[in-house]
Amino acid sequence: MSNLNLTLHVWRQNSPHEKGGFVRYEATDITTHMSFLEMLDVVNERLIESGELPISFDHDCREGICGACGMVINGAPHGPQKATTTCQLHMRQFKDGDEVWIEPWRAGAFPVVKDLVVDRSSFDRIIQSGGHIGARTGSAPDANEILIPKGQCDEAMDAAACIGCGACVAACPNASASLFTAAKVSHLGLMPQGQPERNDRVRNMVSQHDAEGFGSCTNHGECETACPKGISVNFIARMNRDLLKAAITAPNELTERTKP
Amino acid sequence: MPQAFALHRTTIGLKFIMALSGAALFGFIVSHLLGNLQLFIGPDAVNSYAAGLRKVPALLWVARIGLILAAIAHIGAAVKLMARNNTARPVSYKHKLSSKTTSYAARTMTWSGPIVLLYFVYHLMHLTFGVGPNYDHHNVYNNIVYGFMDWRIASVYIVSNVLLGMHLYHGAWSWLQSIGANHPRYNAMRRTFAVALAGFITIGNVGLPLSVLTGMVEPTDKSYCFTELEKVPGECEGIETPTH
Amino acid sequence: MELRSNEPTGPIETRWERHRFNMKLVNPANKRKFNVIVVGSGLAGGAAAATLGELGYNVQCFCYQDSPRRAHSIAAQGGINSAKNYQNDGDSVFRLFYDTIKGGDFRARESNVYRLAEVSVNIIDQCAAQGVPFAREYGGLLANRSFGGAQVSRTFYARGQTGQQLLLGAYQALARQIEAGTVEMHSRTEMLELIMIDGVAKGVVTRNLVTGEINPHLADCVVLATGGYGNVFYLSTNAKGCNVTAAWRAHRHGALFANPCYTQIHPTCIPVAGDYQSKLTLMSESLRNDGRVWVPKNVDDCTKDPSTIAESDRDYYLERRYPAFGNLVPRDIASRAAKAVCDEGRGVGPAVGDQRRGVYLDFADSIQRLGEDMIRERYGNLFEMYERITGENPYKVPMRIYPATHYTMGGLWVDYNLMTTVPGLFAGGEANFSDHGANRLGASALMQGLSDGYFVLPYTVGNYLAGVSPHQITEDHPEVRGAVEGVNERLNKLMSAPSPSRTVDSFHRELGQIIWDHCGMSRNADGLKGALARIPALREEFWQSVRVPGSGADLNQSLEKAGRVADLLELGELMCHDALNRDESAGCHFREEHRTDEGEAKRNDEEYSYAAAWEYTGDPSKPTLHKEQLTFENVTPSQRSYK
Repeated sequence: MSNLNLTLHVWRQNSPHEKGGFVRYEATDITTHMSFLEMLDVVNERLIESGELPISFDHDCREGICGACGMVINGAPHGPQKATTTCQLHMRQFKDGDEVWIEPWRAGAFPVVKDLVVDRSSFDRIIQSGGHIGARTGSAPDANEILIPKGQCDEAMDAAACIGCGACVAACPNASASLFTAAKVSHLGLMPQGQPERNDRVRNMVSQHDAEGFGSCTNHGECETACPKGISVNFIARMNRDLLKAAITAPNELTERTKP
Repeated sequence: MPQAFALHRTTIGLKFIMALSGAALFGFIVSHLLGNLQLFIGPDAVNSYAAGLRKVPALLWVARIGLILAAIAHIGAAVKLMARNNTARPVSYKHKLSSKTTSYAARTMTWSGPIVLLYFVYHLMHLTFGVGPNYDHHNVYNNIVYGFMDWRIASVYIVSNVLLGMHLYHGAWSWLQSIGANHPRYNAMRRTFAVALAGFITIGNVGLPLSVLTGMVEPTDKSYCFTELEKVPGECEGIETPTH
Repeated sequence: MELRSNEPTGPIETRWERHRFNMKLVNPANKRKFNVIVVGSGLAGGAAAATLGELGYNVQCFCYQDSPRRAHSIAAQGGINSAKNYQNDGDSVFRLFYDTIKGGDFRARESNVYRLAEVSVNIIDQCAAQGVPFAREYGGLLANRSFGGAQVSRTFYARGQTGQQLLLGAYQALARQIEAGTVEMHSRTEMLELIMIDGVAKGVVTRNLVTGEINPHLADCVVLATGGYGNVFYLSTNAKGCNVTAAWRAHRHGALFANPCYTQIHPTCIPVAGDYQSKLTLMSESLRNDGRVWVPKNVDDCTKDPSTIAESDRDYYLERRYPAFGNLVPRDIASRAAKAVCDEGRGVGPAVGDQRRGVYLDFADSIQRLGEDMIRERYGNLFEMYERITGENPYKVPMRIYPATHYTMGGLWVDYNLMTTVPGLFAGGEANFSDHGANRLGASALMQGLSDGYFVLPYTVGNYLAGVSPHQITEDHPEVRGAVEGVNERLNKLMSAPSPSRTVDSFHRELGQIIWDHCGMSRNADGLKGALARIPALREEFWQSVRVPGSGADLNQSLEKAGRVADLLELGELMCHDALNRDESAGCHFREEHRTDEGEAKRNDEEYSYAAAWEYTGDPSKPTLHKEQLTFENVTPSQRSYK
């Protein structure tokens, strides 16, 4: 297998408040069996050895499940391969001589922390606002007491597969987090255990989504394509329906949510 | 149900407003086109259709006010969402996002909308308010045909209606998504539905000026008088073919 | 030091129940006056923080990831065991207890393991109530599968993402408490020191990984749920950030570290492809249900296209050696068997270094028997992942697998209450040594993490707090200031080595290679002694020449890694000490000197039926050994046999 020589243009930014810019690096002698992050590891090792600061990027499990990694590679969140996180993207997807533009997720609600690292705490706050079921520890009935049709449970699992990486926001022309929010609203809304809080959940989560400054969904469908877990935009329709239903039928007023 | 009135405070609520007002406007466009297509039947058909619309002024104004409100709601929600979406990504990508699923129509909604709005104003001035020479309240048929015989006016109509068609295509597909009317069994049909509907409207709307430009539809001759007016003494006198 | 397990006596079936009754309770009105620190937000930490918050304590929770939802529990694929006996196939709490004790090769404490099996039943209820989408049968009942060699179907699962779904359940419970204000979450914050006041754990010193700020946090007790130390191998299935620092800081303050040599190797991982490799990817063990493991009989065939190797020239070595269990033998046995055939030169795949390290996991028979669609339905996502990583299509070409470090059974020594030898310091989940003995059964890690987090720590922490009064310590306390200064000094030292020349990763890789070679799947006295000579030298070199660029005042991933590797360099040595001391084979600890006639691990119950708990003496090369004798009243230790 022949090795690759690539030209990288990497977004470097020291801190949230400093200006950033692209820096060009030559990534030489890259084997096609490397993952994209291993390629960056190699570049970083060389940078450290030559006394420069390595490129910061989020990553952890490197097996496509923790959702930590993510960068926009030539305009595609997580790179060119479908249903693949950056850590599982391998260099065989690239050709010798390729120019590769590497940028952080871009969204007002995801401020850059450093280089390719962004702050996704807005996602946590959306979950905190209602993405949970109030099942106090020790209070649960027997697990088989509530039967759930297989199809319904499978659909919930389709939504629950979300890894919270933020690629949907990065890919959306409006930087909307509708797919992320809808996935959690739908996962819990599809489970019988999630019914009692269903109305408040969707209203609170949508309200928090908006307070965080994400854009709105205009039905482009880019999120679904960028999603490494292939979560369907049908869940967004489901969330919309839930919200409409909640708005009409829920008796209580909700307090407006804010961004800290 | 106070919550329902607070919907406009959420982005999704604004999308409902856009979807529902869009659907109303959509309905108007469809019926408007069906009326206009009577041009192909003949002058009397169009003219009596036009006269029929004015027969009960109260009803006409209810419809007009409804449409104006729908348009205001549609545009108002659009402006609010656009303002939000334009600030949601303060630093844009250097390498253009590689769009994979979105359609040209979807990406251009924000400017096909305003252009279509300008076109509506133009269209109203042209054929409803009759701004310009030789406008005859009773001969809608001729108003249309003479207008379209001018290639400049016809091109405005053709270009605008192509944009309107795109706007409606994305609208027809996405309003169901926005109000959450989706079902796995019928989701695949939504695209077909949108293409068919938007295609029909575009072909119809573009077909009208084209058929005039190509001479398929011609103005009435001097002796024509709208049948309903023949009973009114003097009304059919002195109608002349304008010269260009 | 006398190690007191504080376990109840009497009938094992009622020990936990009686213990719960005997534990003291905190008055509900007083709970909010107590502060509890939980370090780590995985299954154990997240569940503990959420439940303690729910009970009314003031909880502060820390994680190094940008969100608690990313803790490495998320990566567990296969499932979670529970003695529900929903399948009516003869399972019971006692059987799960027995299987766990036996699977751990009789090196775990009976009382703890029984409690684990007992509580396993509540875990499934709890998770289902939280909305975890466990797999279901068509009738709506929960589905089960048999896993990792168990003779009963007691494993609950959510596709191949059970860990993710359970973690999200705990994360959501935690998020609910954060919203309620009972838990204060500190993400991107790493614990770098334990604060001890008068011999009692009273807080931690953390570094904010974004701003570099060093802060003390004070509390009435500290719970460490910081996971395992598998990254001492450099290449492992652990997340890149997994580390031993929190546990090791506690160890240096007097918490004994037990059985560090018990590290588990997972048999079904994607083999190493090159020396740039940063991590190994595990594929669910469930693959062994339908895949057949083989290597060529002849060394010369190893470079051939596998489809050209005749059936008679293939060695299905697991089926040959273990006819009863075949491809489903426990992890340690499957792993060692793979290493053995590769050491014979019969490995397949690319040679890395001097050896081909890989064996085939072949689905051809199953595809023929069940059809490709059925295989796709069962393992579709795993097959896709394999293809993404290797570029090979496993429907056509047999998969290549090789063992990789996966889990560490060793950890901080804890008593029945999960309290370490430092008063006020608790350890839960993989960070403790408690339940798995010398080998962990498949689908038991998730069970233990949630058991500790939801159902054990909330009781035992309360019991401890009931006996103390809320602390009055301020940040001006000399011990607190000293701890903060110590952290600053250490960071400065890491950033200003006398002759900076080598990257942190290069040291980490070298350490990993030493441990893998000499304290990995099989160990011997000579190798361990060699490692014990090399590790201190490597550690010395590390402090002399590690090169950490940048500053400590902002996000500096090299600095984070450097601190973690510095601690792994001390832990690695302790592992070798422990492995050398344990002059027997037990579970995953395979000493080549001690094997049965059939080549299996041979225990020495006479001399080594104890948990080895090591005390830090100030010199990492001279730890002191304390023994907790293990007694077996309810099971009889026997030679494990999977023939």
